[in-house]
Amino acid sequence: MNINRQLLSKPWLSDDADITDSYNQTQCLRVVQTQSTKTALVFFLMVVTVVFFLISITFLSRSQYPDFTALAGPPWLPFSNPITLWVNSAFLLLASIVIRFAATSKASNESVANTRMVLALCLTGLFSCLFLIGQLLVWQQLTASGFAVNGNPANSYFYLFTGIHGLHLAGGFIALIRVVISFVKHADNERLSANLGLCVWYWHYLFIVWMLLFALLTATPATYKTIALLCGF
Amino acid sequence: MKEIQPIADDHQPSGFFAKYVWSLDHKVIAIQYSVTAIFVGLIALVLSALMRLQLGFPDHFSFIDPSSYLQYVTMHGIIMVIYLLTALLLGGFGNYLIPLMIGARDMVFPYLNMLSFWTYLVSVIVLIASFFVTGGPTGAGWTLYPPQAILQGTPGADNGILLMLLSLAIFIIAFTMGGLNYVTTILQARTRGMTLMRMPLTLWGIFIATILGLLAFPALLVSAIMMLFDKLLGTSFFMPAILSLGENLDYTGGSPILFQHLFWFFGHPEVYIVALPAFGMVSDVIATHARKNIFGYRMMVWAIVAIGGLSFVVWAHHMYVSGMNPYFGFFFATTTLIIAVPTALKVYNWLLTLWRGNIHFTVPMFFAIGFIFTFTHGGLTGLFLGNVVVDLPLSDTFFVVAHFHMVMGVSPIMVLFAAIYHWFPLVTGRMLHTGLGKLHFWVTFLGTYAIYLPMHYLGFLGVPRRYFALGDTAFIPDSTQTLNAGITVAALIVGVGQLIFIFNLIWSLRRGKVAVANPWQATSLEWQTPQCPPVHGNWGDNVPVVYRWAYDYSVPGHKTDFTPQNKTDAESLLPDKGGL
Repeated sequence: MNINRQLLSKPWLSDDADITDSYNQTQCLRVVQTQSTKTALVFFLMVVTVVFFLISITFLSRSQYPDFTALAGPPWLPFSNPITLWVNSAFLLLASIVIRFAATSKASNESVANTRMVLALCLTGLFSCLFLIGQLLVWQQLTASGFAVNGNPANSYFYLFTGIHGLHLAGGFIALIRVVISFVKHADNERLSANLGLCVWYWHYLFIVWMLLFALLTATPATYKTIALLCGF
Repeated sequence: MKEIQPIADDHQPSGFFAKYVWSLDHKVIAIQYSVTAIFVGLIALVLSALMRLQLGFPDHFSFIDPSSYLQYVTMHGIIMVIYLLTALLLGGFGNYLIPLMIGARDMVFPYLNMLSFWTYLVSVIVLIASFFVTGGPTGAGWTLYPPQAILQGTPGADNGILLMLLSLAIFIIAFTMGGLNYVTTILQARTRGMTLMRMPLTLWGIFIATILGLLAFPALLVSAIMMLFDKLLGTSFFMPAILSLGENLDYTGGSPILFQHLFWFFGHPEVYIVALPAFGMVSDVIATHARKNIFGYRMMVWAIVAIGGLSFVVWAHHMYVSGMNPYFGFFFATTTLIIAVPTALKVYNWLLTLWRGNIHFTVPMFFAIGFIFTFTHGGLTGLFLGNVVVDLPLSDTFFVVAHFHMVMGVSPIMVLFAAIYHWFPLVTGRMLHTGLGKLHFWVTFLGTYAIYLPMHYLGFLGVPRRYFALGDTAFIPDSTQTLNAGITVAALIVGVGQLIFIFNLIWSLRRGKVAVANPWQATSLEWQTPQCPPVHGNWGDNVPVVYRWAYDYSVPGHKTDFTPQNKTDAESLLPDKGGL
């Protein structure tokens, strides 16, 4: 029933009883479980969003301190031309597209569908790994060129942001592997597609977060100043 | 009708370990949480006794030095707030009551639930391990402010602080696993007829507190991770350029204030993470033992929601002395005072529930009424501290200590005791001893007043908190020492008084009076299970169907003075009112 109607109801009145009758009696265990996993994922993504939001706020505040040197701007700074980050982003985008393809592709023939699914899940894993390896290479390049974690706060934030983002992606592999296992074991299709659907959400979410982080980390000092002014720092 | 609840049979336990150790049953996990939390809580209680010994009788105890004193202060605070109160209220009572009160067989993710407890246990072990490492636990104060938290000179600056931050991070992971479970279970696994507005207020309190926790704990996680970076990798998130013990450190330009903002963005909602479940539970205890429906149910629900929302925009009232912009102070003082409105509504509603109720002076009711006193008292001093100009002279004095102990120490503990005395028969099948319970109540209630009321006066006199010794401080009269000694005596009596409770728990577990089913004649679902205590799966063959809210007490025309939520009108009305 409508949540507004529920919240505005007067539970102490006896005519409130129609609520009981309007309860969806067709609900079954599987629906409850799928809905629950979805709800839990929504709340989990809220938690992760708060984590990234708070670090971003501290980043913007810290960016206005005199010792902060952005990683983009003049040509000698590493992210004035962030080609490596673009390549990594492309990998994550591909992973995100491919996993969506795995979840939505329809085939008339079961063996074709299976082959597609296996291929798509493998490619999701592969592109995600390539993204993570790419991020590690960026870390290596940055450290080699003197932008160590304990150097300028902009460097520290880059390592912090990308590290936490990478860990979340790596955590997503656990869910993905579970989907693969249930696929291999021929678990029931509805459950499989529901779980795969949740993985799709997660991958899309991490891609969007990464693009926002990418924009934030490669912005110029002038941009930081404008955003900080808008935030009142 | 089809079965709409997750069936618990797939984890039907067999054997001792599966049943009591690696259990997936929410009731066993709740007990595991509770026992662990009470155990660490007792450690924190001993630490507070050690602090009081030093304050009341300085120079008498050679084993307490300035460093160890600060370590006691820190560990007492952090254990009580996070590892006891949060864990016991949400991990303990949340776990036990959510599925039973909504008519479910278990949490929706039992495995995650078990994982949550074991992760919590790991966080507790890591925390306790810090007592045994070189340098001991951190002595940075429970707020762990940098730069001093990680600099030499502060006790535990090498290993203690690392273990503390690590333990907090692990705790937050555990809480997130548990919290996702609580929220999802309440939203998705309610039985037929259990609409949101038919839920007992206990569930509303736990529900909103869990959402607060899920949104607030990330702030602590972020600050812990960033401080670990500062400590281990030499970054300067929070660390300014600093000269420490004559040595110029490598840190540059970080902002300790940034940490304070992050910490209190978690820290203030934390007050309500503890308070909201307590508000909910005390509402149910009062309604049940006054045999009267809760006054203003919807208002109570919206007050919980409003307090939860407002708690995210008051955090900087903990930082008035940090040199913030006065306009900022004005904003936070305003929001702080606004939060008093829904809180006061709740207090009025509790009183109005008691008004002309058929009050049964049971032990849970004693504690619930005691809570109304202590909470009102602590809330009123909060109005003092919420105002910037009044806060400035009182900041970091014993007035603050007295305030927050009344409002978020004693008050939730009073509710916890009320809840334990109330739900003990459900959990164990036996009643706690009433005489011992009343003795425990009076020692605790009067004792805590004897501790914290005089502490306000110490604060007025300007006695600072967290000082090992006052030394020759001209503006503090000598008589404060007498007062301090008196407070210590009261604290020791209250501390020892808790042994009555522990004894009662252990004794009643074996020899307590066997509880009849639903001994308090309550209406909420947890008391309506086919077996008391409920067995695995909670509901036997059929989950209950709910026909009414949880507060049908003393309804005219009903057969009894309580009508359980799962009774139809036909079953509950007197024959001439349309019943059978």
